[in-house]
Amino acid sequence: MKLFGFKVPMMTSLLFWALVWEVVGRMDVIFLIPPMSAIVSAGFELVATNSWQNASLVTLRSFVVGMALAIGVGVPLGIAMGRFKIVDNIFGLWVNMFVSAPLSALVPVLMILFGLGETTVVVTVFLFAVWIIVLDARAGVMQVPPSLIEMGRCYGASSITIFSKIILLSALPEILAGIRIGLIRGVKGVVIGQILVSIIGYGELFELYSRSFDMERFWALTIILFAAAMLLSAAVELFEKRIEYYAGAR
Amino acid sequence: MHMAATPHKVSATGGAGSGSSTIVETLAEFARRRKSFWVVLSLAILFTAWEIAGRVPISFAFPTFLETFAALIEMTLDGTLLPAYAITFQPLLIGVAVSAVLGIGLGIAMGLSDKAEWLLAPVFIVLQAAPMAALVPLVTFVYGIGLVAKTLAVIMLALPVIVLNSYKAVRHVNPSLVDMCRSFQGTRLQQIFKIIIPDATPVLFAGLRLGIAAGFIGVMLAELLITPTGIGDLITYHRSIANYAHMYAAVASIIAVSTITLAVLQYVEVRFLRPEKRRK
Amino acid sequence: MANPMPARAAEQSGTATSDAIVEVRDICKRYGDIEALRGINLEFERGKLTTLLGPSGCGKTTLLKIIAGLVPATSGQIRINGKVVTGPGPERAFVFQDFALMPWATVLRNVSFGLELKGVPQAERHRIAKHYISEVGLSGFEEKYPHELSGGMRQRVGIARAFSVNADVLLLDEPFSAVDEQNRRKFQEDLLQLVEKERKTFLFVTHSIEEAVYVSDRIVLLSPRPGRVSQIIEPNIDRSAAPDVIRRDKGYLDVVEEIWQGLRQYAE
Repeated sequence: MKLFGFKVPMMTSLLFWALVWEVVGRMDVIFLIPPMSAIVSAGFELVATNSWQNASLVTLRSFVVGMALAIGVGVPLGIAMGRFKIVDNIFGLWVNMFVSAPLSALVPVLMILFGLGETTVVVTVFLFAVWIIVLDARAGVMQVPPSLIEMGRCYGASSITIFSKIILLSALPEILAGIRIGLIRGVKGVVIGQILVSIIGYGELFELYSRSFDMERFWALTIILFAAAMLLSAAVELFEKRIEYYAGAR
Repeated sequence: MHMAATPHKVSATGGAGSGSSTIVETLAEFARRRKSFWVVLSLAILFTAWEIAGRVPISFAFPTFLETFAALIEMTLDGTLLPAYAITFQPLLIGVAVSAVLGIGLGIAMGLSDKAEWLLAPVFIVLQAAPMAALVPLVTFVYGIGLVAKTLAVIMLALPVIVLNSYKAVRHVNPSLVDMCRSFQGTRLQQIFKIIIPDATPVLFAGLRLGIAAGFIGVMLAELLITPTGIGDLITYHRSIANYAHMYAAVASIIAVSTITLAVLQYVEVRFLRPEKRRK
Repeated sequence: MANPMPARAAEQSGTATSDAIVEVRDICKRYGDIEALRGINLEFERGKLTTLLGPSGCGKTTLLKIIAGLVPATSGQIRINGKVVTGPGPERAFVFQDFALMPWATVLRNVSFGLELKGVPQAERHRIAKHYISEVGLSGFEEKYPHELSGGMRQRVGIARAFSVNADVLLLDEPFSAVDEQNRRKFQEDLLQLVEKERKTFLFVTHSIEEAVYVSDRIVLLSPRPGRVSQIIEPNIDRSAAPDVIRRDKGYLDVVEEIWQGLRQYAE
């Protein structure tokens, strides 16, 4: 948007909304919305507490393990699906189904299979993130230009060379895009998992704050979580931009 | 075309394999022609794996596929499954309908106006990327544990998706068509209603489909978190009495129902809204 | 059959001729720091087909869109029938390089769309549209959708749509560039017949030298970075001859060669 001839950056409207929030909070309309300033100061206190640090550590650990699994399984499976018709035919149905299935319904099943602990959360993260990573890796491999592969053959490249130097690198932008969306879904997975299990990490804290009506801390935790999700996504996007010249040349 | 006079290209299709593996070939040929072959095979492989894993068993809480399937049939016949769906679908349908009207309206406004874009786009970008599930407990404070609370949970998950897709749909309208409308002196209103919205419709509809997918996640969260009703109740109840086959059946059925719903919507989208993708 | 020495008119481009329907006065266009067009002065005579020809980046499409009123000029004026214009108007109709057909509408609705926007009643606009659909050789395709047509047929729809609003000036932006070579030639021949029949003023943008010489009464050569008028050529080819005779005519070939000599310095 332009204001008085100057281009106003888009994200500045978030400041505007924070201001609106502050005003509404000060008017004391509803206990759910404390003033933004109170939330921010509660946030600084929260970060210093042991319980938050421990919860963050647990959450981060579940997230990292789950994501590592999702990437470790998802990328190879996606590449295999893109390269081999038979793998694609067998897994395609399930991947396409689970990528948009209500996985939140699966969490109770995971809870009885893996117990009310971190394992369940790790598996939830994995299940939320893996399918889109598979689909994007598959799409990346499938849209490698055939002329590039033919070029490799013409110059006598072995199939291993073609695979590692042409197909993989050529599919890299899509693979990374899949991982970025996978990360966002993984954050949702870790939260949904922890909230449903409700005795570990942020799930426990959310439960605690909402039971004791500690809205300032509740919102502070939410904002930290939202900000972390946005930062994570922005970081991968930055990395994607650095290899964007690939995609641009196609 | 010059079909003759190319003797060196004879064996392009037929004569490669010398007929040693005819069964495999016929099967492969059949698989090529009928996509349903792979669907059946793919289902069969997973269900077999499930059955074997259940028989081992990998966990005391892991029923076999056949047990689960029997439980599903039992629940369908004894009249517990359908009423549960009737309950689950209420907040889902209301929530999706509200999100659709509101979301498409806001998204189109954001696509058409720079001011609306500035004001709303960042909010919805954050809401879509953020784990909204964290906010579900808040809803219960204000709206209790009834239908309204569950509907709100659905809206919280479905609305950002629909808004952002509608916004993208409008921003990605073919600029050449807009120029065309301008060159024939179309008014802004004509431009919006005769060019922009029709051209955006396929993407609007795709956004709606993604919103419904998010709505399913929302309604399951609501039924598991806020208070057990509908399918969420079936899952919670059978879990509490260790009736795992029934619990699995309920979970599998909601995943299947959502998958079928989304597949039907996708079919509708391709069939009716994308004439260029339609095969005659 | 054709004048072997093409007439030059580079100097007289700024001066008023007898019957100019489109006048371009000191048009400049900048995109940020990039100067796309500098000081363009041109006149287009009523009933003639003028081509804007030049290498890519010479701003020929930009100039056409400025004349159409789709792109605002940074400075300068466009006059149509003596009146200054700032936006699109009923006396001009545009034919798009990418056809700009609505994929959700039939050929009939696409062709009558210009009339639909003006509020012409359906029966009337369909009657007019059908007339021009047959004029461009698409009778029987009225109920087809754009995706069911070939590239060449789609552009015929675009041309019929431009004709049906009965504008005085038709602006064609590389109309045949997305059409394959054989259809392109047929198209050029058909276009000449339509020019003959409809008696309208045509402004035609192309990057094909042969196409320009074959169809034009007058060719405006633009040079790139920034776009300026470098030369104006009048091929003076006898259009009454058969197409294959024209394409082998010495005068035709000489003009093609001359233009190439003028443009080769811009080739990469």
